[in-house]
Amino acid sequence: MLMFKIVEKRALADNIYLLRIEAPRVAASALPGQFVIVRVDEQGERVPLTIADFDQAEGTVTIVIQTIGVSTRKLCTLNEGDYIADFVGPLGNPSEFVHMSSEELKGRRYLFVAGGVGTAPVYPQVKWLHEHGVEVDVIIGAKTASMLIYTEEMERVCSNLYIATDDGSRGFKGMVTAKIKELIEVEGKQYDECVAIGPMIMMKFVTLTTREYSLPTTVSLNALMVDGTGMCGACRVSVGGKTYFTCVDGPEFDGHQVDFDEAMRRQAMYRSQESESNERHNHKCNCYGK
Amino acid sequence: MANKIPRVSVREQEPAIRATNFEEVCYGYNSEEAQLEASRCLNCKNPRCVAACPVNINIPAFINKIAEGDYAAASAIIAEDSSLPSICGRVCPQENQCEGSCILGIKSEPVAIGKLERFVGDWSLENECKGCVSVTANGHKVAVIGSGPSGLACASDLAKMGYDVTVFEALHKLGGVLVYGIPEFRLPKEKIVAREIDNLRKLGVKFETDVVVGRTITIDNLMDKEGFDAVFIGSGAGLPRFMGIDGENLNGVVSANEFLTRANLMRAFDNEYDTPIYVGKKVVVVGGGNVAMDAVRTAKRLGAESIIVYRRSEAELPARREEVHHAKEEGIEFRMLTNPTAILGDEKGWVKGLRCVEMELGEPDESGRRSPIEKQGSDFEVECDVVIMALGTSPNPLLKRTTKGLETNRRGCIIATEEGATTRKGVFAGGDAVTGAATVILAMGAGRKAAKAIDEYIKSK
Repeated sequence: MLMFKIVEKRALADNIYLLRIEAPRVAASALPGQFVIVRVDEQGERVPLTIADFDQAEGTVTIVIQTIGVSTRKLCTLNEGDYIADFVGPLGNPSEFVHMSSEELKGRRYLFVAGGVGTAPVYPQVKWLHEHGVEVDVIIGAKTASMLIYTEEMERVCSNLYIATDDGSRGFKGMVTAKIKELIEVEGKQYDECVAIGPMIMMKFVTLTTREYSLPTTVSLNALMVDGTGMCGACRVSVGGKTYFTCVDGPEFDGHQVDFDEAMRRQAMYRSQESESNERHNHKCNCYGK
Repeated sequence: MANKIPRVSVREQEPAIRATNFEEVCYGYNSEEAQLEASRCLNCKNPRCVAACPVNINIPAFINKIAEGDYAAASAIIAEDSSLPSICGRVCPQENQCEGSCILGIKSEPVAIGKLERFVGDWSLENECKGCVSVTANGHKVAVIGSGPSGLACASDLAKMGYDVTVFEALHKLGGVLVYGIPEFRLPKEKIVAREIDNLRKLGVKFETDVVVGRTITIDNLMDKEGFDAVFIGSGAGLPRFMGIDGENLNGVVSANEFLTRANLMRAFDNEYDTPIYVGKKVVVVGGGNVAMDAVRTAKRLGAESIIVYRRSEAELPARREEVHHAKEEGIEFRMLTNPTAILGDEKGWVKGLRCVEMELGEPDESGRRSPIEKQGSDFEVECDVVIMALGTSPNPLLKRTTKGLETNRRGCIIATEEGATTRKGVFAGGDAVTGAATVILAMGAGRKAAKAIDEYIKSK
């Protein structure tokens, strides 16, 4: 049976681990914005995780996991050299900008807002834009300095990196939304698009903030999924009053059209089951607010 | 004389007991029972059963061999036309096909063709070594997309012709709908499906799970870069339909696909497995097909009071008669001529009930069935905490979107000839991906036809 080898494991912060997996077919096809489904062993759930990096030459794909429930904990007890049962992808649609011509991309100004482990999937997007000559500002939010991840990597590929922590232990003291306001109102920054990836509640408040500036905002939804290929419909989300499947229609949507309250409620569908499928996106992060 | 013997009844698990477990409902015939039942066949000169079989198995001939006790010969006769007898014997809608046209059925009960086919199929899994056929490799590579009935049948025939076949499966387990859709109590996974697949392995067929063709790799790449001479698409019809009524995104509303995938593929009913499933106290399944029956009987086994809501009457239920009968025996309530108009939620956004309207039957529609019409002012509510939508499925648009020159029709089904040729050269398709949701036997038949067409295509190149 085909198995997927862990070639690197690193602790990035408390309960947050990076795993680099040997998956040549996935690495060859991956693009920013896509995700994978991971099943640790025969008894494991199918857990959707956004891609944090990929290297076609090496044939590896990087994922970043926060240990929250059974499946993520099991995954993070594995070490370099161990194998995971299943690693399927890349799933979902790539970010819209990968389909843009260099003409269209030229001069576009992006603001990325990353929260918690959501910082990991922001990285390949910013990296891709950087490689295509696009200027990108990034805000990374976390509860406290020790929870920050990917700051150095991000620094290398973005124009300006802003860090926001709830307790002010590093960078701006306050929520990412307050930082967005400051950048636009105080520093007079102008953006053509905002991309927010993090806990649902953070994305909700980011979209409420950017709406005030009519700043188009893309969000990447981390809905519950089983197969991730359009078969189950567990990942249904209302966008602009219509129902979409996050796995095949997303995972990125127009943030101003997403019904976040419904999306958050749906994420909690299996919470009482004491299983982790529900909890896996329930990041213990307070980097949101008004 | 022969037709004086009553149809040999088949042993089954007691309804009250089986409604609490996932073991197979039907035990099948033993040798004696099979021979006795086989002796009822009149061996008609003009066997109507053969014409009614979607793949035209020579039914009287194999039944005759069972009666003689020559099961190997019976198996060989079935194998000429079917590659999955132990599966089709279990899941074919025989009452509308072979058994429905059996001459004995006019005055008494038709020959239990399905149960006899199953007997031979199971015997063959136990006693025959399928991989012992020696095949000379012809050096040509064929990719098969999907490991459901059509893909397995196509792969099997191609391997026997000497092709180097690789089957790509999107999920982590092989079998497609046989594994994620049809429950264990109707089709045992290890005992039957896994062994059919092992037989293909013995024939030299390679399998790659976790490959979503259209995402992980494309058909273009398979043909241009990986050297596959032809591709067969047997990706099925996996996209669930919803009704589009209010409350469909409440917590507690799931597609039958999701519910069954959690239970069957992810084994959520087994505490050893991590995947959760939510059944609540009372489950309403909307729909009347086999998938609806599978979902409602699974919910029952997981401990919920379970009912079926269907907009037409019992006569129009598309499910196999045996499934309806088994469901009733297991205590499933059937509410016919009832159509949901909205799903009701509590203040936290969880399902608390279903608003329905009574229906009556009007004139026949294009499907030939009498169309249901709402009875004005007949609204009523059914209390429940889970609603499972079993309204049918359609093919996944991914392959069309990612394959140059592959055309689909308005319903999203891949356009293919009777032989399986699509609009893209070298690419063939069959099964639900072409027809929309249909039966295992039709998919299997389509896979075999396509195997023949692929062989002709490659030889003519």
